[in-house]
Amino acid sequence: MKIAVLVKQVPDSDEVKMDPEKGTMIREGTGSIVNPLDLNALEAALALRKEHGGTVSVFSMGPPQTEIALRETLALGADDAYLISDKYFAGADSWATSLVLSRTLEKLGGFDIIFAGEKATDGETGQVGPEVAAMLKIPFATYVSVARVDIAGGYADVKRTVEDGYEIQRLALPCLLTVLNDMNEPGMPTLSGKKAARRAEIKKINASDLELSPEDVGLAGSPTRVVKIDRPKVSRQTEFYKGRDLDRGIERVVEILRELAVL
Amino acid sequence: MYRHMFKTSGVLVCGEVRAQSIHSVTMELVGKARELADKKGFDVSCLLFCSELKDRPESLFGYGADRVLLVKHDKLRYFNQDIAAKLLSHIIGQYLPEIVIAPATTSGRTYLPAAAAMVHTGLTADCTGLDIDPASGLLLQTRPAIGGNVMATIKTPDYVPQMATVRPKTFRIPQISHRNGYVEVPDIPEEIFNSRVEVLEMEYSYGEDANIQDKEVVISGGKGLKKPENFAMIKELADLLGGGVGASRPTVEAKWISYPHQVGLSGKVVSPKLYLAAGISGAVQHLAGMQTAHKIVAVNKDPDAPIFKVADVALCGDLTDILPRLISRIRKEVN
Repeated sequence: MKIAVLVKQVPDSDEVKMDPEKGTMIREGTGSIVNPLDLNALEAALALRKEHGGTVSVFSMGPPQTEIALRETLALGADDAYLISDKYFAGADSWATSLVLSRTLEKLGGFDIIFAGEKATDGETGQVGPEVAAMLKIPFATYVSVARVDIAGGYADVKRTVEDGYEIQRLALPCLLTVLNDMNEPGMPTLSGKKAARRAEIKKINASDLELSPEDVGLAGSPTRVVKIDRPKVSRQTEFYKGRDLDRGIERVVEILRELAVL
Repeated sequence: MYRHMFKTSGVLVCGEVRAQSIHSVTMELVGKARELADKKGFDVSCLLFCSELKDRPESLFGYGADRVLLVKHDKLRYFNQDIAAKLLSHIIGQYLPEIVIAPATTSGRTYLPAAAAMVHTGLTADCTGLDIDPASGLLLQTRPAIGGNVMATIKTPDYVPQMATVRPKTFRIPQISHRNGYVEVPDIPEEIFNSRVEVLEMEYSYGEDANIQDKEVVISGGKGLKKPENFAMIKELADLLGGGVGASRPTVEAKWISYPHQVGLSGKVVSPKLYLAAGISGAVQHLAGMQTAHKIVAVNKDPDAPIFKVADVALCGDLTDILPRLISRIRKEVN
């Protein structure tokens, strides 16, 4: 079967530093990683390939350095990797990102199942998976923690984690699934995998390959616009206790609990 | 949908029906929609879709709805994202709302993006603030910005409807007022209910992971706990106060505790009487999930931790020292 995985390169969140003056993120010197849930998506794809045979293709839209993330997925066992990159793609919101990803999948065609992480650690919108599926007009499921595929039957059974419990659904193939981290335990790259990944070809796709014009993509093609960035308002008067004052601080917490009628 | 090609009006709230009852997030959003609509001279409609409804749809008028669009169908017994997305995009095409707001629940976060893609418009996830820009009349959608300790305000200038999802408990349910309204049953083509997604079963779990959003006290732990075993202290304190156990995203990612406990933008928004954060530095994503708590207590060894800036009481020091002292002091009080 033909399996696709959508991945995003994100800043290594533990390393993100803030500029205290501007209140912006300092990107220089911070590492980038494959979005953690996308590794669960890749692992799900690899498990499916092991069970049913076939190929796993990984796709990522991003700047040229996204190649590093793609090589990591190859080292983990993906068969091929596509870097979807163009200066016109910059500044894309989830709609414009989904347009590019769905066009790419459409162009290459024939995927039986597409996996993605439920959301990325940077934007945290979780919107790209459902939007790509809607643009491809294929069924999809989110918050998936278990998936079983029946190729002969032409369906996938999934377990979705929702507020009240679990919803078990059957989706007709082809379909798109966004996965949670309890889906599986992502593997580690092998030495030979790493070696092969270093030499492997990363396939490149740009806007003209997808027959998309600059006004359709990136910031120009994005329905949403960030119009203002500011710091959250802080309206609380903090009482600060440390060292020998901690006993008074603990008494203060007890007082508050009484005031709130919790105690 | 390009703005210049359509004449849109009104605020549409996507209501949420769970187990045949109107979920409280619906009232929260109808209240907010009323505020927005009054600034624009708009009506508020609330879409409810379900198989059966135990509550009266008319009850939403008192919270600010002028109209309830009620869609009942056997295929809507359980949430089906495929049908929900097609249904919403059909409703948008039929009623042409200017603004659509929906709960950022697992359902809303699933069918809203698909509907936004179908009608070609923008969608802002997990908004913590919504307002009308007095200058442009556009919806101002505020959410924590990518990776930073800042808030971004987002507009959808050239496309309609302007769509946003909002986490439950972000806005308060308004006081009930005496308002009139009407219930309308929209005309929905039967083919919308033909789906390539079939719900086989719903397994309800009301276990120990009881909803922390309903607790008056939430005690949360972060990576500052140093090891998963230390969540025992968090649990002990929470039990003592009849509260729930919350957690920061890194602890959930490290699998120290399960996802239902996660507080923050990508977890749950809680608004308890008392929120205590132990060993949580206070990334903006976490703050978005708890800053509407009535009182906040933070325990952290770093005096510059951002969590202290939103706390009413800051206890600075080693949590393995402070938490046991706090627990024994409260235990004395309880006995």
